[in-house]
Amino acid sequence: MDFPQVSDGLAIRATALTRRFGQLTAVDKVDLRVSRGEIFGLLGANGAGKSTMMKMLTTLIRATSGTAEVGGFDIGKAPAEVRKHIGYVPQLLSADGALTGYENLRLSAKLYGLPRGERSVRIADALDFMGLAESSNKLVRTYSGGMIRRLELAQSMLHRPDILFLDEPTIGLDPVARHSVWDRLLELRRKYDMTVLMTTHDMEEAETLCNELAILHAGRVAVVGRPDALRRTLGPAATMDDVFAHYAGGGIRESGDFAGAVQARRTASRLG
Amino acid sequence: MERFIRESAAVAQIELIKLTRDPTELVSRAIQPVLWLVVFGQVLAHVHGIYTGEIGYLAFITPGILAQSVLFSAIFYGIAVIWERDLGVVHKLLVSPARRSSLVFGKAVAAGFRGIVQAVVIYLIAFALQVTIRQDPQAILGVVASVLLGSGIFSTFSLIVACIVKTRERFMGIGQVLTMPMFFASNAIYPLDLMPAWLRVVARLNPLTYLVDALRGLMIPGGESVYGYAVDFGVLIAVFCMLLAVAVRLYPSLAE
Repeated sequence: MDFPQVSDGLAIRATALTRRFGQLTAVDKVDLRVSRGEIFGLLGANGAGKSTMMKMLTTLIRATSGTAEVGGFDIGKAPAEVRKHIGYVPQLLSADGALTGYENLRLSAKLYGLPRGERSVRIADALDFMGLAESSNKLVRTYSGGMIRRLELAQSMLHRPDILFLDEPTIGLDPVARHSVWDRLLELRRKYDMTVLMTTHDMEEAETLCNELAILHAGRVAVVGRPDALRRTLGPAATMDDVFAHYAGGGIRESGDFAGAVQARRTASRLG
Repeated sequence: MERFIRESAAVAQIELIKLTRDPTELVSRAIQPVLWLVVFGQVLAHVHGIYTGEIGYLAFITPGILAQSVLFSAIFYGIAVIWERDLGVVHKLLVSPARRSSLVFGKAVAAGFRGIVQAVVIYLIAFALQVTIRQDPQAILGVVASVLLGSGIFSTFSLIVACIVKTRERFMGIGQVLTMPMFFASNAIYPLDLMPAWLRVVARLNPLTYLVDALRGLMIPGGESVYGYAVDFGVLIAVFCMLLAVAVRLYPSLAE
């Protein structure tokens, strides 16, 4: 993987990144450093600013102020370059149910500009890697939730991105499907040395997958650290749930909004 | 340019696959033109209620009903875009390095496929009603170009509305409000001469009028383009380009 301009061994560097929606400051002067090759988790209660942060870093929305470099490219000045170097799996189910798995992948291959001669090989590799080769000609609407998420991972890795952004990749999945996604994710990082930035509400997922975590609270970074180190700061018997509750605003604060709740339920519902 | 074509074709191909896999929408959309031509057209032709010169009324409104079908099938395109937004498809498209212009243009091309199918339906109904239609290659090509442009205009307009309203409920209300006035404030089912002066002004600002005008000259033997094909196609291309420019700017806002 080439990182043309990045320095300090960082895949992502955000400095005072801020996003306001009218009077609401969703992300407030966030500094973030993600090293190459690590899986970095963004945690926080609903409305803490995780998805907004991710949308800014993937160039879906512009930052109100502050800067960030992703793969060595400035998200404000070179968004097209950033897009070439990243893969993205949104929280919503983005695979098209009216198409087959193969057709979904072919669309991604074309949009990411893979050379015609390479497309078939890359698609076959991705399907094989994700364990979807036998289902590639079935409509995605017949897939299980875990298969859909694996297909979306396949789509996001098809162009061999340097950095993968995953927005709650296992939301709504049963434990078996969730573990199958984790396995693929770990294998993906091992095989292709990708950097992964993911958001999650699942503390087990955060602890199992992530080398480092940042917990957001009210748009600001409350704490950053390795999962085990974060636990130790709260005592020998502390769990990740305790860490989350401590840093994410007590864990009992009502947060999020109607649209967010609808979105999460819709995703969970589609995953079956 | 090669990249633009490849990306647009990829988006359009997806729509074409879906259309051929589930043609329910095409069948349901064919009902309305059947009613307009078989019921409305034949009754009005029988009573000679509207003077259309040398051309019979049924022949007069056939291009108008084709334009109407193009308008109605394309104007609700925004619903599909909002659906894609709700599913996360739009987010994934926008995170890809594909140009925004390719994504929007690809959608317009896909709407053109639907328009062409509508044209085939109208031709079949017209043949069944023994309406004489021009079948020379030049005329057919002209109709195809008109339908593609018309579909592109109205689907892109629909995309712009979708980017502004962002919810299906709001879109449905606005879609209904837009389509009928556009249809009636045009030359689709009566000549502009029959309109009051103020409505004629509105009709001349309505791109549907130029689409109907071009189709009337291209489809009906003895029919003529009142404004001339250069003006008709010039207006349609200019409007399409303008709407594309606006849609390309607004499309990314769907991810917010």
